[in-house]
Parts: sequence; C-alpha cells; structure tokens
Amino acid sequence: MITGNDLILACSAIGAGLAVIAGIGPGIGQGIAAGHAAGAVGRNPGAKSDITSTMLLGQAVAETTGLYGLLIAFLLLFVKPLLP
Amino acid sequence: MELVSTAGMAVTGSNMGFMIKGLIPYKLFGQELWITTTHVSILIVDVFLIIFFLAVRKRMKNPQQVPKGLQNVAEIIVDMLDNMVKGSMGKNAGKFANYIGSIFILILISNISGVFGLRPPTADYGVTFPLGVMSFLIIQYNNIKHNKLGAAKALLDPIPLFLPVNLIGEIAVPISLSLRLFGNVLSGTVMMSLVYSLIPVFCRFGFPAVLHIYFDLFAGAIQTYVFCMLTMTYVNDKLSDE
Repeated sequence: MITGNDLILACSAIGAGLAVIAGIGPGIGQGIAAGHAAGAVGRNPGAKSDITSTMLLGQAVAETTGLYGLLIAFLLLFVKPLLP
Repeated sequence: MELVSTAGMAVTGSNMGFMIKGLIPYKLFGQELWITTTHVSILIVDVFLIIFFLAVRKRMKNPQQVPKGLQNVAEIIVDMLDNMVKGSMGKNAGKFANYIGSIFILILISNISGVFGLRPPTADYGVTFPLGVMSFLIIQYNNIKHNKLGAAKALLDPIPLFLPVNLIGEIAVPISLSLRLFGNVLSGTVMMSLVYSLIPVFCRFGFPAVLHIYFDLFAGAIQTYVFCMLTMTYVNDKLSDE
C-alpha cells in the first residue's frame, strides 16, 4: 500500500538525483579553466603562483551553480519541504 | 530529539550524523529557540582562537630580535595574511588587512575543525550568511564612501532600464558568497558521515584520514581563500577609479 507521503518521498529522491545533474556544467567549466591554466604555465612557468590562484578563484566561482543543485538535493532529501 | 529548525536548514529528529542537533531549548520573546551543536562548536573554535591570541600577545610583549617558537609562528601568519591582502588590493590594502585577516583565520579554523571531530560551524547557514552580509556591508559602505553619487549612477548603467538587473547583481553577492562556503563545507560533512556510516567499525581507522585531508583540509582552505579573495576583489572593484 503506497500512501501519498511515500509517493512524495520517492519523487523527492528522484528530484534530488535530477538536481545534482547540475554538476555537469561546473565539471566542464573547471576542466576548461584547469586546461587553460596548464597551458599558461607551460608558456610562462615564472607566473605559476599567480596563474594557480587565478585558476582557483575562477573555478570556485564556476562551482557555485553546481552547489545550488547540490543544495536543492539536500533540501529535498533531508528537509523534505514537500511533505504536508 | 524534538523537531529542531535553525536558520537555513531545518532539521528533523533523524539520527544522521551530520545534522544540526538541538541541545538546550530556551524561550526568547515567546519563541522557542535552541542551543545547537553549531553554537557549541563555534564556541570551542572561538575559545581556542582567544587562547592562541592571548598567548601570542603575552609572547609579543618582549619580542626577540631573532624570532623562534610562538613568535615565529605568529610572524609567519601575519606576514602571509598581509601579503595576501596586499597582493590583491594593492594600495588599498592598509585598511582591510585587519578585517580580512580576522575572518580568514576564523573561517579557516571553523572549516578544518571537522578534523578534530566537531561539526564545522560553517556547515550551518546561520553562520555563513552573517559573514556574507558583513562582506556586503563593507562593499556597499566603501562604494558609497568612495563614489558618493557615482554609486547611485552605477546602478543606472548603461541605461536606466538596467536598474533591476544591477540591483539583483548587488544583492546576489552576499547570497552567493555565503551559499558557496556553506555548500562546500556541508557537502564535505555529509560525505564524511556517509563514508563513516558505510564502512564497518574496524575499518574506521586509517582510511578515512585520506578523505578528511581532501574534504576538510583542502576544500576548507580553498573555500576560505576564495571567500576572502572575492570579498577583496569586490571591495577593490568599488574603490578603483575607472
């Protein structure tokens, strides 16, 4: 016997899984940033520390959108806002 | 455990290890509030920092020409933070080195306190949001102080139609700053507690240390750096003459 609450919980779990698909975008973005940083270090090894800090800053900003997806997943799984 | 809800993440009576737990209920203005694990861990972090700072202050009463021991550590920390602020703010660094250094140390110790078995205080949105709001106030104060009427004019840039877009751009700053820190630390905490509940008891020594290094030390240090760096970048952006 599946009650309404069970259905909501199951759909919340599916929704949480769908929400973390948002992680694809930051993954690609961070990879591009790291690749370009590696190329920049290859061209100009002297500026390695500057390039590294710039890369980390850019990657952290790019990560934000993925984190929003992760937070939605956490909300759906643990706070269960849809349950009456 | 009763139903507990703190700012940001409401918490049910689940027995998952990473949840914020309510410890002592109290009443304030007719509302029921809780002393939670976040309060306890941030208190421990603060007491640790205060003891460290008092020790350094006592030690620096009679500084040595050739530093060693505690004086050496304190000088390295201050030197590193000053260089970080100077590196990204240039000539504006002087006024902000104190604030940025303080929040850097606080956030860093809070983030890596997960290694010592505390629930990191920054994994509670009630802690990171005030940090974001403080950054926002500093950014806007310097904006208005430095640009005067230019601050209002910048909102209407390039045409007055863009006012809502620019307003959202300003207001998104504290939200994204605080959510970034919160999300990173919370995901590390959740991941660690899932790993601990996954593996059998006799495997809990040794192997999780590797994950602790990544999730607590590495991610914590990176996010601390990013929070301070972004605050400095935003402030510097407002202070620069076009």
